[in-house]
Amino acid sequence: MEFLASLLPASLVTHAPAIIVVTPLMMAAVAAIMPNGRLGWGVTLISTMVSALLAIAIIVDVQTGGVVSYAMGGWAPPAGIEFRIDGLNAVLLLVIASLGLLSVIYALPSVADEIEKSRQSLFYSAFLVCFAGLIGVAITGDAFNMFVFLEISSISTYVLVGMGAERDRRALTAAYNYLILGTIGATFFVIGVGFLYMATGTLNMADMSSRLPDLSDSRVVQAAFAFIIVGLGLKAAMFPLHLWLPNAYAYAPNFVTSFLASTATKVAFYTLVRFLFDVFWPEAPFVEVSFLWVFAILGIIGMIVASVQAVFQDDARRLLAFSSVGQVGYMMLGLGMGTAAGVSASMLHLVNHAMMKGALFMALGAFAIRFGVRRISDLNGFSRSMPFTSVAFTIGGLSLVGVPMTVGFWSKWYLGVAALENGWWWAVVALILSSLIALTYVARMLAAIWVAEPHHDRTGAIAHARAPWLMLAPMWILAIANIWFFFQPEFLISMANAAAEAAFSGGAR
Amino acid sequence: MIEILAERFNFIIVIILMMTGLYAVVATGNLVKRLVGLSLFQTSVFFLYITIGKVFGGQPPILPEYSEGHGGGDTYGGDVVAASDYATDAAASSVSHADAGHYAAEAIYSNPLPHVLILTAIVVGVATLSVGLALVVRIRETYGTIEDEAINQADYAIDSARRNT
Repeated sequence: MEFLASLLPASLVTHAPAIIVVTPLMMAAVAAIMPNGRLGWGVTLISTMVSALLAIAIIVDVQTGGVVSYAMGGWAPPAGIEFRIDGLNAVLLLVIASLGLLSVIYALPSVADEIEKSRQSLFYSAFLVCFAGLIGVAITGDAFNMFVFLEISSISTYVLVGMGAERDRRALTAAYNYLILGTIGATFFVIGVGFLYMATGTLNMADMSSRLPDLSDSRVVQAAFAFIIVGLGLKAAMFPLHLWLPNAYAYAPNFVTSFLASTATKVAFYTLVRFLFDVFWPEAPFVEVSFLWVFAILGIIGMIVASVQAVFQDDARRLLAFSSVGQVGYMMLGLGMGTAAGVSASMLHLVNHAMMKGALFMALGAFAIRFGVRRISDLNGFSRSMPFTSVAFTIGGLSLVGVPMTVGFWSKWYLGVAALENGWWWAVVALILSSLIALTYVARMLAAIWVAEPHHDRTGAIAHARAPWLMLAPMWILAIANIWFFFQPEFLISMANAAAEAAFSGGAR
Repeated sequence: MIEILAERFNFIIVIILMMTGLYAVVATGNLVKRLVGLSLFQTSVFFLYITIGKVFGGQPPILPEYSEGHGGGDTYGGDVVAASDYATDAAASSVSHADAGHYAAEAIYSNPLPHVLILTAIVVGVATLSVGLALVVRIRETYGTIEDEAINQADYAIDSARRNT
């Protein structure tokens, strides 16, 4: 990574936090006027590559020099808008940039298959806006600016989800419901930010956090906390607020699902961590209460109920979507422990989940492009029809369960260890129970793929096909990453620990 | 009691609007009416922000200009007498500009920041509303209805038909 970062000129690196957001935003306009989808894809690929390179440069900067602070337009914080990257958002930057790049590589054949020709370049344009918004949320240090970026990414997401209507009209209602709930969530968040602004007179999050401890008895601050938690919980699909997610993921175009599943809820989760530990502080009485009684309890209910719901799905993508809700539950549980170990385990799971769900949704997309499958019974015998994709899918599935030799194992291991450190044996029981349910639903799909009788075409031969290279490559990169990081977990664990440390040192005063 | 309510008049309006909007979103099955409720909900938040920007007796937050010709630099930090002397010389309409130096020292003006924030939030609201309406148009084209109930029935009918085949 250092090598890649050293290729960039120094002046570019200085302004990297601004350019990384502005590039995809500007390129979105360029992509929109491209005459065909292929050129639009080219523009998208270039700008995500630029963003990924800059992300690496920023991460290297953070790892060597600590916090990177960039004053937008030269206006010094707290008056101006500050982009601030520490160990906590460096992880997010890594996830968004790498998963964004991989999904874009994957996009060309997938989008060509699913989206009408005349709309393809506009589709890529909407994706770039979404990408820029997500990066913006991850790196901004200003609470209101965070709301704006959150809405930039959300509004373009509604459009992207709605584009699935060409194959399944339910995408429209899914997008509409997502819009209603997403907007309510964002508005709750902005009400909370307004209250915080009333109480502290500042919007800069670092500045806010230094003023809040004097106001811990203020009802305004407590109301702000409640509003922000509900708002961001909606965006992150925290258990009872997850109703928008299954349909949106199930009916969106394949490429959109694989991108969103690995980034969108993760970013919202990050904002929760940022507010809980950095802007507010974990020792505050109202924050401390919420750890156990909101995050841990709802997290556990979520990971069990959503997993059970997943078992009973017919549609493969809906199944994985419910599983995503369950996985958010794991992260919430780690968060609810309120310890550095718990947050670190959550961040580790965040990265791991991005890798496994990315691989799984990409594999489903590859099945769909060749055979148009949706339901689990359609997957019968795919190990012989599409062996390469099936193996990648299997690795992702095993990682989701948390089988050793895959990275999912480390997520659960560290979550369990952190829970035991807290003396929460019941959390470990819930963790194991939920993993067993996950095994059930993954086994259903794997059994269909590996054991069931394959489909035959009219001549009686087994239908055989290979996914396009552009789809196979990113899928396999993710699948191999799932195994690789089991044997070499130091890199991810050190990043997760740095994230937890940054979250807690922000609260040190 | 009345005094307490009167002091918080704006906030009461905000809360009423907010709850009306939120209720409309969950209570109606009509997709367009739901968007109306959503807009109402968002607008109430704009009021909340504008309210906290208000300072009693505050001027519009415009930097008073002062020109070299009139008294030059000595109005800056000069005493009230100098400022008011000057004010009598000047035309009535330019009074607020005239005692620039005096104002710079202790001008009271409304907080401009919430207004700026809300300008941005209005743009966000407009974008959300337009995307929402566009989706409703597409839903109407596809399903022929904008009632939640009817849409669910149409989807359910297809789903169960597929299962039976």
